[in-house]
Amino acid sequence: MGWFTKSKQDKRVIKDEIWTRCESCKAHIFKEDWTNNLSVCPRCNFHGRITAYERIGQILDSGSFKEINQSITPSDPLEFSDAKGSYAEKVKASRKKAGLNESVITGTGQIKEIPVVVAVMDFRFLGGSLGSGTGEKILRAANTAYSQRLPYIVFSASGGARMHEGVLSLMQMAKTCAGIARLDKRGLPYFSVLTHPTTGGVSASYAMVGDINISEPGALIGFAGRRVIEQTIKQKLPENFQTAEYLVEKGFIDCIVQRKDMKNTLAALLAYYQSKR
Amino acid sequence: MEPTLEFEKPIAEIEEMIAKLKKLSEDKKGDFSNQIKELEKECVEHKERIYANLTPWQIVQIARHPKRPVLEDYLSLICDEFIELHGDRRFADDQALIGGFATLDSRRVMLIGHNKGKSVDENIKRNFGQARPDGYRKALRLMKLAEKFRLPVITLIDTQGAYPGRDGEERGQHEAIARNLTEMARLEVPVVACVIGEGGSGGAIGIGVGDVILMLQNAIYSVISPEGCAAILWRDAAKAPEAADALKLTAQSLHELGICDEIIPEPAGGAHHNHSETVENIKNTLVKYVDKLSRLSGSKLVQKRFEKYSKIGMFAD
Repeated sequence: MGWFTKSKQDKRVIKDEIWTRCESCKAHIFKEDWTNNLSVCPRCNFHGRITAYERIGQILDSGSFKEINQSITPSDPLEFSDAKGSYAEKVKASRKKAGLNESVITGTGQIKEIPVVVAVMDFRFLGGSLGSGTGEKILRAANTAYSQRLPYIVFSASGGARMHEGVLSLMQMAKTCAGIARLDKRGLPYFSVLTHPTTGGVSASYAMVGDINISEPGALIGFAGRRVIEQTIKQKLPENFQTAEYLVEKGFIDCIVQRKDMKNTLAALLAYYQSKR
Repeated sequence: MEPTLEFEKPIAEIEEMIAKLKKLSEDKKGDFSNQIKELEKECVEHKERIYANLTPWQIVQIARHPKRPVLEDYLSLICDEFIELHGDRRFADDQALIGGFATLDSRRVMLIGHNKGKSVDENIKRNFGQARPDGYRKALRLMKLAEKFRLPVITLIDTQGAYPGRDGEERGQHEAIARNLTEMARLEVPVVACVIGEGGSGGAIGIGVGDVILMLQNAIYSVISPEGCAAILWRDAAKAPEAADALKLTAQSLHELGICDEIIPEPAGGAHHNHSETVENIKNTLVKYVDKLSRLSGSKLVQKRFEKYSKIGMFAD
């Protein structure tokens, strides 16, 4: 290796450690500023993706989170393989990269001392796709809320159903919704927070049937992909199509909440539910 | 002339020869009975060989065959009567997904299904069986009506998928499907879901949450179309046959995965070869499950349905 190549590489590493590039306005932001601002761009207010554990840290009272069903992880029921390799290998790589066993983290915790059950999706694990394990964890968490009579809050971030598990993943849409449906019987609150992005089979199942649907500024929320729609109708779609703001306008989201206000908003809603008059 | 599938061409060729020889015999141009007999034997052999070894992609072709019976055929052939009910009371009457009061072997049921057309004109009007949110909301309205009147619900699934258009998104395709999944989970009447052709993703499951899931032998049920899957994972839609294989979308595969409760047999080569045989099979099976499920109380049905879906999925723990 030539000395010039090496030095170039080193520079790159240093640069990445210091700067974050906003996905939306492309501005370079000091990583420290980015993180301190909860991964929200200080220039354009773009709400960047965060990991499930970061989200939990922002929402739940410090130290209150108790994870459940952490060991659930994909098996490879179809022995699925495509041009780029096997599903099993992709799972392995994703587990290593994200340090997670599935695309959702579930558990119990407290929001301003109000006990809740949460499920938080993580886009880094196979695009937050809904697989059998994801569906199982979301259902089991709903069942925990049901049996312990607790509010249930799900944060979605997903490209949709996981193709590599075929129709088994499609069925998770029905399975998760069956768990959500039961909460009504006991009058338990179910809040859905649709974060960037929530699309496909996840938008068409548990994410869209919250008692209250909440989103973050600019989040992409849609059923079909923009490209597919444009090809189908042979028209260009408006710039704000399938954004959280667009969905508020169309009547599918109750409110858009800034990330810094999310915990307070959820706490206020929970308190409202709980207050007995 | 019926459209012939690529893999059926050898059969079609022999059948054509047989027809020609029969015509010659009729016209008294000679006695060809021996040749005809021979060819008929060959034809049967071809059929057995080809139809017994259909690949998933070939089954996809059969499931989409333009001559395959569609909802309309079942309505006229299995129902003693059918009174279509229109509109979602919100926005429109989606003709891609229809439903109404039906009588099936003297049993009253609410029958709902995707409405593929047979001609271009019909398909334009019915949007090729690709429903918008209005269709799913109408379906839900009819299911709630069925619950009120204690009628079992039968859903016949046959769609490429929910319509991916701008208006569908604007009116909440996701919300409409999600709502149906949630409400169907707690519907206090029997729900028999049967895939008669294509079970395309969210558009299929949007009316598919049954106490039992039945499939015609050459029906398919998939999380994504083979073409769509190939375009994403193979970056080449032409790899659809490979994707069809990988997705395990045939009735046989779904049965092995524990999702399809019963496979309803079709005549050799597919339902398009013999409508009446398929219709008889499907009618008997639907009636069997309607009767069986009607013995259960509403709350028992909901409980069992919850347990059924709770068990679906394969993962490591």
